[in-house]
Amino acid sequence: MPATKAKALVPDLIVMDAEPAADADALDRLALWALRRYAPVVAADPPNGLVIDTTGADHLHGGEQAMLADLVARCGSAGLAARAAIADTWGAAHAVARFVRRPTSLVLSGGISTALADLPIAALRLPHEIVDSLRVLGFERIGEVMALPRAPLTLRFGPELGRRLDQALGQLAEPIDPLRQPDAIEVRRAFGEPISAAETIAQYIGKLVEGLCRELEAKGQGARRLDLLLHRVDNRIEAIRIGTALPVRDAKRLTRLLCDRIEKIDPGFGIELMRLAAPLAEPLFAKQTISSLIEEPEVEISGLIDTLSNRVGEEHLYRFAPVASDVPERSVRRVAPAAPNVGESWPDHWPRPARLLPLPEPIEALALLPDHPPASFTWRGIRRRVRRADGPERVFGEWWKRDAELEAVRDYFQVEDDGGERFWIYRAGDGEDAATGSHRWFLHGIFG
Amino acid sequence: MRGAENHSIIEALQEQIRNLEGGKGHRRAVLPFGIEELDRRLPQGGLTLGALHEVAGGGNGALDGAAAALFAAGIAARTRGKVLWCVTRPDLFAPAIAQAGLPPDRVIYVEAGDEKSVLACFEEGLRHVGLGAVVAEVARLSMTSSRRLQLAAERSGAIGIAIRRWRRQVEATDFGQPTASVTRWRVSVLPSRPLPVPGIGRARWQLELIRSRTGETLDLEVEACDAKGRLALPSKLVDRPAQKEIGRRLASA
Repeated sequence: MPATKAKALVPDLIVMDAEPAADADALDRLALWALRRYAPVVAADPPNGLVIDTTGADHLHGGEQAMLADLVARCGSAGLAARAAIADTWGAAHAVARFVRRPTSLVLSGGISTALADLPIAALRLPHEIVDSLRVLGFERIGEVMALPRAPLTLRFGPELGRRLDQALGQLAEPIDPLRQPDAIEVRRAFGEPISAAETIAQYIGKLVEGLCRELEAKGQGARRLDLLLHRVDNRIEAIRIGTALPVRDAKRLTRLLCDRIEKIDPGFGIELMRLAAPLAEPLFAKQTISSLIEEPEVEISGLIDTLSNRVGEEHLYRFAPVASDVPERSVRRVAPAAPNVGESWPDHWPRPARLLPLPEPIEALALLPDHPPASFTWRGIRRRVRRADGPERVFGEWWKRDAELEAVRDYFQVEDDGGERFWIYRAGDGEDAATGSHRWFLHGIFG
Repeated sequence: MRGAENHSIIEALQEQIRNLEGGKGHRRAVLPFGIEELDRRLPQGGLTLGALHEVAGGGNGALDGAAAALFAAGIAARTRGKVLWCVTRPDLFAPAIAQAGLPPDRVIYVEAGDEKSVLACFEEGLRHVGLGAVVAEVARLSMTSSRRLQLAAERSGAIGIAIRRWRRQVEATDFGQPTASVTRWRVSVLPSRPLPVPGIGRARWQLELIRSRTGETLDLEVEACDAKGRLALPSKLVDRPAQKEIGRRLASA
């Protein structure tokens, strides 16, 4: 369609010249960012996509679903409308990301054929002519083509259709040619005879790490991310990525972190090339640690933090820090375990329960209004008589955070039942004005 | 005379057993509670550092583990260095832990997906030299895994506390199974002492030492951790009739 015609159809259309070269550059930059941030094997998939091999890297982001959500959210905040999908094969992920109308989709292992069956044939990365002629013959969906015998199809459309189908279904390998960072610190080792035993891999990891640490030292840097790429003889790449909280140049520690994940490697028929790169490195200078003149410093535990965060994921390892908020569930926030000390704690005018329920649970309570604790209450089907009580501690809604809390009030009571069990309960509302809350009672925490 | 001789023989044998157990035969450092009645009954006068200890709640405490968590926090607060706390359910309320003497800067939490990875993180933490205490909330603790934990703790010198916390009351019978831990405690809540004014006093616990390797068991009523993580014995004074009368008069005034 000529630009003039398009402008006639849409009056305030913005027209810009296409710049394929600049687009490709931008895509490469985006791929480089994804390489640093998400996974060791990343390639640009022109004209408008990225392909990322997430194997061995999703644990750093809390699993595949969390990683996808994070990726799409970050692209969104940079002004890019992105859709992402994870599947067992490049072909399937490519199709699902482009033809399923969801920002993130996850195709489970073995679910590829069902996921693809309903998608249009154009999702198979085929030339226009093949898609058009298939449509002329009455084929719309991939599932219909999958059900056909292969030989007549190949006879009519050539090998391309069969190849793309096999790639999408995982019957034909489709290696990714990974993008390499131009300035990354990298060491490599090629083997005359392919290796596959775990011990041998561990031994060479040790040697590679030593080499890398020497290079890092020459540049005065420490690694924050390490990628180990293992090129298999069948032209597939196995990858391991580890992250550290602080820049590290300690060969022993890095070797240990990498060797922890050896079991994730599938050596196949053997590995012929190992590459170890540090895509993210930060300055690290030698400093004096032990001196008899000053007080013995606290032992460094960043090694433990790295080991654990590579095992359970970075966001599952945290410290709590106080937030100036009276609303209990908002009074804590999570900070990184290696973050500098906050140095302050929560105000301790009132005792706080050791366990806070994730959501306050409604209870049946008998109480005098407006400011008496309940005489008894029923929680999870058990009626408890209140022996002693303390309160109320009034918590006002934070209207500057949410409009709905403009008048909201909670009155917290600490109550003790006959057996000595203590609970933290509250009434929504101040007991007089219905605008301040529903006047229902909730149990929010358990004291020890 | 004969008694004294026997005594020395027994001591020599005990020393021999310690040599077999502890490897180098040195006496392990301990963390006293600061309560005479409690410390006297514990071998070497306190909780052994570099060892695994088990704590569970009594009654409903077996499910919520609130008192057990505070008890563990009180012990961890009195050690030196950072504390690693491994959980599966993130329902611990950090301000309460801070009130038991453990400031937020000292505690690192690990939220592991399942029981198996909690134990793995627990062991990893115990293996690491330099932590003050490692606390983990676990339901099942087999002989094998507790033995691993105990060995890891012996090597690093950190105190390991396993808070046994189950999802159902019937599973709590698991607490009777043998493990390799050095001591095994049960903390149950008790009604607090009546105050002369409306309100609730300091929490009180029934502290049971169910099992103690080379030591005696114990059953004691204590007051819960203060802001420094110390337990206390409830004072007998206020229970005296005269004092009670004063209390009542004050309350009615």
